[in-house]
Amino acid sequence: MRYLPLSDTDRSEMLARIGVNHVDELFADVPKNLLLKEPVDLPRRKGELDVERILSRMSSKNIPASSVPFFVGAGAYKHHVPATVDHLIQRSEFLTSYTPYQPEIAQGTLQYLFEFQTQVAALTGMEVANASMYDGSTGTGEAVLMAHRVTKRRKAVLSGGLHPHYADVVRTLSEMSSDDVVTMAPDVAGTEDILSQIDDSVSCVVVQSPDVFGNVRDLKPIADKAHQHGVLLIAVFTEVVSLGLLQSPGSMGADIVVGEGQSIGNALNFGGPYVGLFATQSKFLRQMPGRLCGETVDADGNRGFVLTLSTREQHIRRDKATSNICTNSGLCSLAFTIHMTLLGEAGLSRLARINHANAVKLADQLASVKGVEVLNKAFFNEFTLRLAKPAAEVVERLVEKGVLAGVPVSRLLPGAGLDNLLLVASTEVNTDDDRAAFCAALKEVL
Amino acid sequence: MLNRQGRPSSAGQAGTTEHPTFTGNKALAQIEPLLFEIGRYDTTGVDLDEPEDFKPRLGGLERKEAIGLPGLSEPETMRHYVRLSQQNYGIDTGLFPLGSCTMKHNARLNERMARLPGFSDVHPLQPVSTVQGALELMNELGRYLVTLTNMTAVALSPKAGAHGELCGMMAIKAAIEAKGEGATRNVVLVPDSAHGTNPATAALIGFKVKPVPAREDGWVHVEDVKERLGPDVAAIMLTNPNTCGLFEPQVAEIAKAIHDAGAYFYCDGANFNAIVGKAKPGDLGVDAMHINLHKTFSTPHGGGGPGSGPVVLSERLAPFAPVPFVRAGKDGFELVEQEADAAEKPFGRMTAFHGQMGMYVRALSYMLSHGSDGMKQASEDAVLNANYIRAGLADLMSLPFGNKPCMHEVLFDDAWLKDTGVTTLDVAKAMIDEGYHPMTMYFPLVVHGAMLIEPTESESKASLDLFVAMLRDLAMAAKNGDKERFTGAPYHAPRRRLDETRAARSPVLKWTPSAPVAEAAE
Repeated sequence: MRYLPLSDTDRSEMLARIGVNHVDELFADVPKNLLLKEPVDLPRRKGELDVERILSRMSSKNIPASSVPFFVGAGAYKHHVPATVDHLIQRSEFLTSYTPYQPEIAQGTLQYLFEFQTQVAALTGMEVANASMYDGSTGTGEAVLMAHRVTKRRKAVLSGGLHPHYADVVRTLSEMSSDDVVTMAPDVAGTEDILSQIDDSVSCVVVQSPDVFGNVRDLKPIADKAHQHGVLLIAVFTEVVSLGLLQSPGSMGADIVVGEGQSIGNALNFGGPYVGLFATQSKFLRQMPGRLCGETVDADGNRGFVLTLSTREQHIRRDKATSNICTNSGLCSLAFTIHMTLLGEAGLSRLARINHANAVKLADQLASVKGVEVLNKAFFNEFTLRLAKPAAEVVERLVEKGVLAGVPVSRLLPGAGLDNLLLVASTEVNTDDDRAAFCAALKEVL
Repeated sequence: MLNRQGRPSSAGQAGTTEHPTFTGNKALAQIEPLLFEIGRYDTTGVDLDEPEDFKPRLGGLERKEAIGLPGLSEPETMRHYVRLSQQNYGIDTGLFPLGSCTMKHNARLNERMARLPGFSDVHPLQPVSTVQGALELMNELGRYLVTLTNMTAVALSPKAGAHGELCGMMAIKAAIEAKGEGATRNVVLVPDSAHGTNPATAALIGFKVKPVPAREDGWVHVEDVKERLGPDVAAIMLTNPNTCGLFEPQVAEIAKAIHDAGAYFYCDGANFNAIVGKAKPGDLGVDAMHINLHKTFSTPHGGGGPGSGPVVLSERLAPFAPVPFVRAGKDGFELVEQEADAAEKPFGRMTAFHGQMGMYVRALSYMLSHGSDGMKQASEDAVLNANYIRAGLADLMSLPFGNKPCMHEVLFDDAWLKDTGVTTLDVAKAMIDEGYHPMTMYFPLVVHGAMLIEPTESESKASLDLFVAMLRDLAMAAKNGDKERFTGAPYHAPRRRLDETRAARSPVLKWTPSAPVAEAAE
């Protein structure tokens, strides 16, 4: 077996050195009747070529985003990732290292985490960011738990513009913890009256912008009302590129900002691994979940970085920890940081403008198709269409015409009576030809 | 040379070195400033064309102030991060004996497979008709995991080990509530030797944690469990093989006692690598167990993630598995994403999408490569290697539970360092100077000054021989009073010992411009 260096001679010599005759003597504590005599009922070992054949065959049954006009979003976005990013994250020393618990030989990881935290804090307009969460949705669940710790209240209000899967993650966690959750009705137009839900019993309001229907929302009035009642505003985003063009959640008064960072540096990967971004104000630092990297000095006085404030974490605090989390999304946060470094402020804001421009162009072209109505007034790179027919049906028909058109709202919110709505995203990868193909196919189908 | 925060950034100035250099660099050992000290706000390493003039539709919420993100050109970016990487120790650098972490070889075939466009470039919400191969892969991975463990079902979506624990404990909670015992069964037994994530997970969803003390032999005893069992106990969270590097010989009796009391057996699968193909957790009476794909099935640790923590479930818990999950339908694979669409009783949802697909591909690639025979051999070699280290060091270092066979990791305590003035931490740092990543230290908490060594099956005999010889030399040095070799270590790493107290006392968690830079930016 190519991954196993020991030869049979080695094994015999080693068993002799240990003082046993057979390797099974080392498994003596396993109840005899439960120790397997034969290999389990699965295929035998395979060479690289055979493994490649098997997995390539599975891969070839899928339609990759790059191979067709592609407009699917709703929480994950197709962007171009520079070749440099993928090369660098495959450097052995990044790829095959562990959590930097031995900082003297993990400065590479620690320094990029420090850079990552600085970038995320700047983007979100917050004072501190952690070293990343699993993804945006689990980060949102953690943000709600954090708000409960800060406010000592246990009721969360979820906007009807929050991604339904994010809401499900929060609800699952809250139900299990016996916390209260109020989920507002799906808010297609972005006009819900969330202010009326805010009172002294509420711990936090969770509002997404751009929301799942694509609407860009002004968080300021919500923050103001929340703060009058000692309520925290948790601002969520699923498209981090939008922060290159929009006012930061921090500048609008958010107390915790959490979102999905996949768009920068990370592939679609059928849903994971992604990278959750999490930022807050310094005064809430000790209640923050997740790893933190901090600056310090070594015995010679040289600057260096370490994981810090771990007294919040499970390996020290056990059942009194702020969270049970013991990993971040290391390599994905590295991909984020490298891509963001390549972009810089100039590149990010241009990328954001291209995304917005493409979406505006697409919205206008689609609006001219009979049986299509664009519902959003303000949006970034994603918007909602009302179609003359059920969206799920239309999407399937468009697959036959070689277009991946978007996400039917009924897939996220079945039974909500929103069957004719379609979420459409457009990024820098879309060309004039893509848009033309989409419109032409839609005309035929509607 | 001072960096912009006014601190010396060169070892040459601040430390002692025989041949100081002008730059502070030492040949291949380069000092690399922070991105924020070398980047420029008008520099970009990506060529993008400004869009044609258009009327924005942002509802008046355009950003008005600068963000503060410096950029680098492509060559500078490459050099910056390559230099950072060179300050890291990885599995490919050398032996990485971090106990309970299973730092085994990360095959690059797995990386290549994960990057096939049909896996890496598909969207989680594409029509299922366009991702049949991705669903097939998830289904096949699930089949392998269920077969290796003899369990009924698998929930793939948890994002990491601790997330898998949470998923398993949620399934247990849902099952208890379905039986109408939610109000009364609220205690979870957790041995003192458990990972910190176990009690943290139980507490997170409202369970009360009751510890089970460790015995002198390193095992959990069935009578200690029985003593704590009652109608209030929901579950036990037991790690097997345990964190002392031992298989729990009474595991079947413990499982029976737990089940007789109407409770569930959660097994922490962090140490599954010792028994893959040798024993099936389902045969041992386990109801739920997370599997760290990043440990046992070699998906890269990546400097702290992404992980992946699928949970296998017994027949009793299978109906409560969360959405989404894959099932075979008559027209191909289906993806059940809504609780209402499931015939079973899913307890909810763990994450927005379908979990860590990128890790599923790598793990399946590992399993296909090894096959059933290779996986069994890998476990045997992992256990053999750990015992070989034990045999090589038993006379010089102290084994808290006696010189008996261990599983895939061997646990020493610090009794052998008594009166030397050297601590476990010092030994770890001296190992860094010798070119090794240290073992896990001070865990598990049940032995004093723990040193937990897990070599994995990826090490050759020659590599183990040198490792043992190195530790023997360190042990002799400590016993002979060569304290300096330890207490000042590391001497040869990219940094000397770092001041963690200072970092925690006055946290600096991001770069901030010093005054002159701020003025320049305005």
